Amino acid sequence: MSALLTILRRDLGLLLPGGHGHGGGGTLLPLLFFLAVAMLYPFAVGPVPELLARTGGGIVWVAALLAAILPLDRLLARDLEQGFFDQWRLRGIAEEAVVAVRLLAHWLSFGPPLILAALPAAALLGIEGETLRLVALGLLAGTPGLAAIGLIIASLTVTVRGGAALAGLLLIPLAVPLLVFGAGALSTGGASGIALCGAMSLALVAIAPFAGGAAIRAAREG
Amino acid sequence: MEPCRLAATDLACRRGERLLFRSVGFALEPGAALQVAGPNGTGKSSLIRLLAGLLRPFAGAVERVGAVGLLDERPALDGHLPLGRALAFWGRIDGGEGAEVAALGLEPLLDLPVRYLSTGQRKRAALARLVEQNAPIWLLDEPLNGLDKEAARACEALVARHCADGGVAVIASHQPFVLPGMATLALPGFAPPEPAA
Repeated sequence: MSALLTILRRDLGLLLPGGHGHGGGGTLLPLLFFLAVAMLYPFAVGPVPELLARTGGGIVWVAALLAAILPLDRLLARDLEQGFFDQWRLRGIAEEAVVAVRLLAHWLSFGPPLILAALPAAALLGIEGETLRLVALGLLAGTPGLAAIGLIIASLTVTVRGGAALAGLLLIPLAVPLLVFGAGALSTGGASGIALCGAMSLALVAIAPFAGGAAIRAAREG
Repeated sequence: MEPCRLAATDLACRRGERLLFRSVGFALEPGAALQVAGPNGTGKSSLIRLLAGLLRPFAGAVERVGAVGLLDERPALDGHLPLGRALAFWGRIDGGEGAEVAALGLEPLLDLPVRYLSTGQRKRAALARLVEQNAPIWLLDEPLNGLDKEAARACEALVARHCADGGVAVIASHQPFVLPGMATLALPGFAPPEPAA
């Protein structure tokens, strides 16, 4: 257990924005990317308040999804190349446990910051009141699922050259269900979409460590 | 040191379509060391990974009693961290005391980021990690690569001490590795015959 806490501390140092500075720590890039999309959208469609208020929530979701792709390349590949997973295995620390810890660190590094960044994004898009609440709740329910899908894909493409670009392409279709129910809750105004989004997230979070562990073991044999 | 044993019976390894070696067998009791020799591409690294349990044998079995420490070309140290902190990560997991750092001449390097270290310095750091792990079975893949003469002698001395303390060691190296009483396994002798054209 203490070994896993040690690994979690290292993961957070690697992934959290400003963790260990350049070359090591995570970057603010996903966050800035997210805000940039929210900022560009009104320029692209024109400053019509009704249009922005109606479609803005959806754009926040799309921006969140795209921002979740950015950290994928650094999620697992580096540790596999540098032999960390081998050393953990020899110490009896299962790949599944390491991947579960990595999932937590990955979500912490982009989930909560995105939900916070949704506030300025909402201001840029003119979203307020009930819609803003649904966007924030939806992101809270959906980002763990996005993190889990991202981690599964990162583990499957870990030995693929140029895997990062491929991972981004693969994530988009798999994330569509989360988007449909998470962003869909905005138009139906009900909590049921968010509940379903949360349920999907939970299932994905439960699967991810096992899928990731199996993928890393398979990568060793390759 | 806890009791340990490392044995391989009738081991065969296939990488891709190629059978690298077959019928490899040995048994190492506490205090024993084995050098796996052979030119590049004969399967030394693969044998080490088989023994570590990181690869599945194509045939045969590996029997391991005791924890395994592995030293290969990947030091498993974070490049952006100062060496001291990168080693401290493994120290917290393994419960080591950091006593090897001075013996391997790493003290002046502790504040340098790992990515600025030379190949030999990284190798020495990985050796320190290995010693601190306190595993009875040592698997060393080309441990002398990048080490200067002095560091190479220090590495040989560490392995000798490890074996004298009742550990076992397997050293895969194409360079001579000086260790009294060490057996040698020449891997090319276990390659399958070339198929007739």
